[in-house]
Amino acid sequence: MSGWLKDKEHLARMAGLFALGITAFFVFRWVMVPAGFGLYGHYRPGALDDARARPLHYAGRAACEDCHADVVAARVGSRHARIGCEACHGPLFAHVQAGGEKKPARPDSRILCARCHETSPWKPKAFPQVVVAEHSPEGPCVACHKPHAPKMS
Amino acid sequence: MNPDRRSFLLGTGKLLVLSTAASVAWEAIVAGRPETATNYTMTDHWWAMVVDIESCIGCGICLRACKEENDVPRMPQYFRTWVERYRVNPSDLEHPVVDSPNGGYDGFPGKGDPDPDAKHFFVPKLCNHCADSPCVQVCPVGATFVSPDGVVLVDKTYCLGCRYCVQACPYGCRFIDPRTSTVDKCTLCYHRITKGLTTACCETCPTGARQLGDLKNKKDPIHQFLLGHHVLVLKPQMATGAKVYYNGLDGSVR
Amino acid sequence: MESVLPAIQGFMYPNEMELQWGVLVVLYPFITGLVAGAFILASLERVFNVDAIKPTYRLALLTALAFLLVAPLPLQLHLGHPERSLEMYLTPHTVSAMAMFGFVYLWYLMVVLVLEVWLDYRKEIVLMWRESRGPKRWLYGAMALWSDNISPASLALDDRIGRALTVIGIPSAFLLHGYVGFIFGSVKANPWWSTPLMPIVFLFSAIVSGIAAVMLVYMVTAWWRERRFDMECLDTVARYLFYAFVVDFSLEMLDLIHRIYEADESFRALDFMVHTSLYTSQVILQILVGTVVPLSMLGLVQLVRMGEKTRRRIYGTAGLLTLIGIFAMRWNVVIGGQLFSKSFLGYTVYKMEWATREGLLPAILLLILPFVILAVLIKLLPPWGSQRHGA
Repeated sequence: MSGWLKDKEHLARMAGLFALGITAFFVFRWVMVPAGFGLYGHYRPGALDDARARPLHYAGRAACEDCHADVVAARVGSRHARIGCEACHGPLFAHVQAGGEKKPARPDSRILCARCHETSPWKPKAFPQVVVAEHSPEGPCVACHKPHAPKMS
Repeated sequence: MNPDRRSFLLGTGKLLVLSTAASVAWEAIVAGRPETATNYTMTDHWWAMVVDIESCIGCGICLRACKEENDVPRMPQYFRTWVERYRVNPSDLEHPVVDSPNGGYDGFPGKGDPDPDAKHFFVPKLCNHCADSPCVQVCPVGATFVSPDGVVLVDKTYCLGCRYCVQACPYGCRFIDPRTSTVDKCTLCYHRITKGLTTACCETCPTGARQLGDLKNKKDPIHQFLLGHHVLVLKPQMATGAKVYYNGLDGSVR
Repeated sequence: MESVLPAIQGFMYPNEMELQWGVLVVLYPFITGLVAGAFILASLERVFNVDAIKPTYRLALLTALAFLLVAPLPLQLHLGHPERSLEMYLTPHTVSAMAMFGFVYLWYLMVVLVLEVWLDYRKEIVLMWRESRGPKRWLYGAMALWSDNISPASLALDDRIGRALTVIGIPSAFLLHGYVGFIFGSVKANPWWSTPLMPIVFLFSAIVSGIAAVMLVYMVTAWWRERRFDMECLDTVARYLFYAFVVDFSLEMLDLIHRIYEADESFRALDFMVHTSLYTSQVILQILVGTVVPLSMLGLVQLVRMGEKTRRRIYGTAGLLTLIGIFAMRWNVVIGGQLFSKSFLGYTVYKMEWATREGLLPAILLLILPFVILAVLIKLLPPWGSQRHGA
């Protein structure tokens, strides 16, 4: 046994074990850390792409205007002019992608209209609201109010 | 300015700003090749949102749109956004009566329990996409982060499900998706706003109470709005750099 | 999730009705606390030369090791994706206190505990290597790293290094448990957790629980082996337990008094919670049964002369009550911090399940496991008999 290692051999072996472990750790790290990690910040840049790649369900009102210009015209100046089409008609991206097929079902006006227009002290005072049961005990709201130009002249 | 005109201006402004980018992106999206859409440069944008309490009617359509658009679990009590209903005795801001039945998904039907001497209003809530986000700070591995354009996102393939970020969010906007056992939350419809569209909630809000804003875009109507109104963020004492600005926020709002 | 809804009082943000961290997350600080506390006791003998407690030195080390081996398990069971937990080693987010876990744990396990146990036991390991046959021979040989030099010079070197390790080990123990306190104490969103006192309160309650645990283990093993109790050792351990307890109690009372005095926006909501859903675990279990009673008992022993049998009974009872109290403290911090809404307007309940991944059954099993491991360690590395710097 060489001079300076005398009585220290076991420590040298333990140190060797530690060195092995630390090296293995760095190799493992080099293999496993995801590509590009840290490019923009402490995260995997692929996560941004994942977030962007989510599928669309709502098309946005601009898409409706391409085919439904008549409805757009009907809504000009009406009280409902600023409401997005899909607020009432639901998600329509599939309908656009299918070139106009997969038409959405007509919403039930008594349920849909009451959502916004049923009287509630929580709604802003200036917002048009009625007690639906008194205003119209039965029958669809669209019998009197055209949904795209609801104000009765 | 009355709520109608204000929300009209905001809405139209938004449409004008977005439509140019949107129409270019649109062709690519409909063709099923969104990756060929307009080049979106992250550092050109710094996203924020404006919520106008005075316009919110608690219809809950934003909630439904969000759940549809983002495939949020339909079972109760998982929300990326929700609406709270407040009844406040004017002289007692410390004890508002608040509820949010199923987050407001069904639009608060029924008469409720109004008080003629109290003030009543709705407060829509969502992730505030904080610039100094405490949730991002505590994530042990970097599974949640602030994107270069100011949106706080979650990396679902990296999240451990340790739930530390859920604890650290002062606003309660994070939850664990039971289907993936990872954290989920509002992404500001990142997949939409990077293609020139607006968020699902803003798109479908009938009164324009929710408006997406891009603070880096000089032409964005949000600048005019913030100049002309007194706005607040939620829990400003937490100094989170929240970017959802509330107009008409009452002192009793938690 | 649906089962919690009817039990909600007042208003909670919709996403916070179901608790995020359950009994397993309560278990983790309890276990690492025992580790840190047991090690501090061991360091009292090794570094501060409190010779009376030498009989507990090796026992304390083995207890710490047994508990440390179990410590990551409740966390692994709790994670949504335990298979991704290695990410903490790959891309630790260094501003997050939780990211420290992997490295602090590894440091403490390998450098502080395993090395120290190895250095302290090396002579016995080599002797047992020489004497055993069969698989045990291989095991001891591996533990000795197949080096059989136990000359006095090498043992003296081991002793010096061991002592240095213990010195490093003290701040390491502080870090191992202190950072857990910081995990809670640094969450500004939660007023029940957010206080600079949290790491210190955690640390001192850890020391209390660790000393109590080693004291009980010593008493149980002495009774099991039908040996005489070394009363000077026990009395000294109990005295240090008393001192640590006084500091711990003062810190917790300081936090309480400060909260009541400042009465900030969260105070009324928290006060209500402590008087209702948290009453049993906080006031009865943690404060009365778990702190005031054992503290008084231990204090009494310091003031009044008592017979050996009485003192042993007091130490056993006080030790057990202490462990219950410290567990209750962890429970009150973790669970209590989630029972109230961050809107300060409502409360929820913790529905603990029984045989699910995060239920009570795995928690109980994880509490039993360290003792099983300890039994194995005691068999492999007997902590009594010829100890170089032990009894």
